Amino acid sequence: MGGVPRFWRSIDNRYRLVGTRCENCGEVYFPPRVVCPKCRREGEMKEVELSGRGEIYTYSVVRVPPEGFEEKAPYVVAIVKLEEGPLVTGMIVDCDPGEIDIGTPVEATFRRVSEDGEDGVIYYSLEFRPVRREE
Amino acid sequence: MIPDGRAGIVGYGAYVPRYRIKVEEIASVWGEDPEAIKSSLRIEEKSVPSETEDSATIAVEAARNALSRAGIDPSDIGAIFVGSESPPYAVKPTATIVAAAIGATPDLTAADYEFACKAGTTAIQTCTGLVVAGMIDYGLAIGADTAQGAPGDPLEYTAAAGGAAFIIGRDNLVAELEGTYSYTTDTPDFWRREGQPYPRHGGRFTGAPAYFKHIINAARGLMEELDLSPEDFDYAVFHQPNGKFPRRVGQKLGFKPEQIEPSIVVDRIGNTYSGSSLLGFVRVLDQAEPGDRILLVSYGSGAGSDAFSFVVTDRIEEVRERAPLLEEYLRDRVYVTYGEYAKMKRKLKF
Amino acid sequence: MNRDVAIVGVGMTRFGELWDKSFDDLFVEAGLEALEDAGMSGDEIEAMYVGNMSAGRFIDQEHVASLIADRSGLTPIPCTRVEAACASGGLAVRQAILAVASGMYDVVLAGGVEKMTDVTTEEATATLATAADQEWEAFHGVTFPALYAMIARRHMHEYGTTREHLALPPVKNHRNATKNPKAQFRFEITVEQVIESPLVADPLRLLDCSPVSDGAAAVIVCPLEMAREFTDTPIVVRATAQASDSLALHDREDITTLRATVEAARSAYRQAGIEPEDVDVAEVHDCFSIAELVAVEDLGFVEKGESGEAYHEGMFEIDSDHVAVNPSGGLKAKGHPVGASGVAQVVEIVEQLRGEAGKRQVDGAEIGLTHNVGGSGGTVVVHIFERGD
Repeated sequence: MGGVPRFWRSIDNRYRLVGTRCENCGEVYFPPRVVCPKCRREGEMKEVELSGRGEIYTYSVVRVPPEGFEEKAPYVVAIVKLEEGPLVTGMIVDCDPGEIDIGTPVEATFRRVSEDGEDGVIYYSLEFRPVRREE
Repeated sequence: MIPDGRAGIVGYGAYVPRYRIKVEEIASVWGEDPEAIKSSLRIEEKSVPSETEDSATIAVEAARNALSRAGIDPSDIGAIFVGSESPPYAVKPTATIVAAAIGATPDLTAADYEFACKAGTTAIQTCTGLVVAGMIDYGLAIGADTAQGAPGDPLEYTAAAGGAAFIIGRDNLVAELEGTYSYTTDTPDFWRREGQPYPRHGGRFTGAPAYFKHIINAARGLMEELDLSPEDFDYAVFHQPNGKFPRRVGQKLGFKPEQIEPSIVVDRIGNTYSGSSLLGFVRVLDQAEPGDRILLVSYGSGAGSDAFSFVVTDRIEEVRERAPLLEEYLRDRVYVTYGEYAKMKRKLKF
Repeated sequence: MNRDVAIVGVGMTRFGELWDKSFDDLFVEAGLEALEDAGMSGDEIEAMYVGNMSAGRFIDQEHVASLIADRSGLTPIPCTRVEAACASGGLAVRQAILAVASGMYDVVLAGGVEKMTDVTTEEATATLATAADQEWEAFHGVTFPALYAMIARRHMHEYGTTREHLALPPVKNHRNATKNPKAQFRFEITVEQVIESPLVADPLRLLDCSPVSDGAAAVIVCPLEMAREFTDTPIVVRATAQASDSLALHDREDITTLRATVEAARSAYRQAGIEPEDVDVAEVHDCFSIAELVAVEDLGFVEKGESGEAYHEGMFEIDSDHVAVNPSGGLKAKGHPVGASGVAQVVEIVEQLRGEAGKRQVDGAEIGLTHNVGGSGGTVVVHIFERGD
């Protein structure tokens, strides 16, 4: 992912899980959408900050990493079902691959995901970790 | 320095990464005697940041915990200062990353501080000044580090990762500030030149003329200004580069072990640099009772000490459970081998 | 469609790591073979559509429509480059069919080409990953195999599909490819070898994944009423269908189904007036083993969730009573030069329906289907063909 302005535009979404909710049908979207696919022109999108709590919907352990992720491999990527409804893709950090499975409850945590080389911008984002603390 | 009005801590939070490496593991690689090291440094293991962590992510996690306890709207934060000697960028402040991550942007001032291990406490002083002057409602002060220890250097046993955050305000305090006192000189006991991955230090020079001189003078200066003695304090928290120094300096100042021991965390997580004295302080806040008086004295190489006297309020019992206690971070740990540790170090060069 | 369309000529290069052949060489070779197959000189071609995913990243060259028309010696005819990630080839064939069906052109060449080995494997993999959602999937270190691996894990969770089931399509496809002189890999593999091959993204292993390949393929399309001028065995296009779905896997309703396959297939069966059971031979998009298991379900060849057992029973072998799936060796064993694959699928079906598929001939094949997918299912193109007599 190159492009400093492109990353900058998505900072609120990535750092605080700000998505969009359609005021017309109530559906919550993350990543954010400009147009509600259900309502299209009838829809009205407002920003909404999501809690970051959810559970693992599916996952995989990446063993052949792409550029920029070499020293992280092997690492877990997953699709997480957030409690507000949307499915979101992210890493599952702070876990042994064997500890997690479909259904594992997770929470968001602020992490350093990659960087644009040794001298480029650092990409931060909320990712997910298994919930360990009893509420 | 006694504030002209009420000020203190509204919320506090800590974060320590869950990975640890034991002294034995490092010693076995370099052919050193782990028992000798453990007894001379009084440390068992240290914390290690994972490949997706750095001082900015640690600062954010600590700040989020502080916000949970403070219970305030992040947009009411008027200033954020982050102290670290391992910031992710040499130029581009961590404070703005924290500000965006907690939703405090855009109406605030922010900057990063560097003063070795005392940068975080200096941030507390600055926030206090702005609050007492009525210029801001709340300030956020953070000390966070992923400290660097060169392979094979004694610092490798202690240089660790962690951080703590404090929201300073006027009302709804969990701990009120009675006063702060700083003692600062130009003492080159430990430094790192631009572009160098690892610091250099003066060996034994880092002891008496550096750590001990500054902490003792700052503590005595504070107690004199506030007309207090060691007996007036329930807890004494000092910067923890190893397990020996804070106990020794506390004793020299006239404090008893039961005042000092509760704040010692270095044996379990190592020296978290800008987070060190602050994490000791968090450990105390996690267990202190309303009315307890706490002495906090940091030390930053270069050199200086910031001393504080806080008195805990009733509100602490209400907010303590709103975020993880430091003990939870200390207990939730996974050990890594030296090989894994070396792999984790590669990117951040710590 | 305004008038029926037929395929009258096909051609393709070998697929593989073709170090001696450039992007230009590949396309020209495939195109010439198609022209020869149709008995044409080239003057007959009125327009070209070329599928290519990423010449811009693989050979630093955009505007390949112009390059191809130029190197083919076919300027000034109109040439259009079509892109839909791994469905680029199928989409190019569809554009050619639509152009002829509309009456705008009579003789159109549809080709596909990809030159993937002029860059390193890491760069090739990174380029393939641009078929995924860059901002919200690739950003988090999700690779293309990881996306399909997540589909696999969910499929295993919901339907009890096993690791052994996943290995069956690659084993079948390698066996089929030993009979295909143009295939990249012409050796058999066993289930054990698949299961023990290095992990790429759990649960997918190296032998679950199609390779990086170079190659090109081309087909020539004209109105059915004109076809006999060029061939005795015109193959009729009975359906051309296409559907879209979300770019990212996480925006799907059900990630164990490619809705775009279901929609495109439904449209195709309706156009052709047939049921899935009527298909004799199919070339489906097996970029990963799980993709083939999901494809045969979504195309209606087997009930949802039951593909594993169906493979176990040999239901999709060349000599089975059921539809033969990927007799060419599929993407896995024949190779997957991205922009060319969709066209090569059509080449195989045409040869099968003509009875010219040699040792991998499906006996009595009359109706064939091609299924070409872009990315993790954001675009799907389905065609149905039938023998012209």
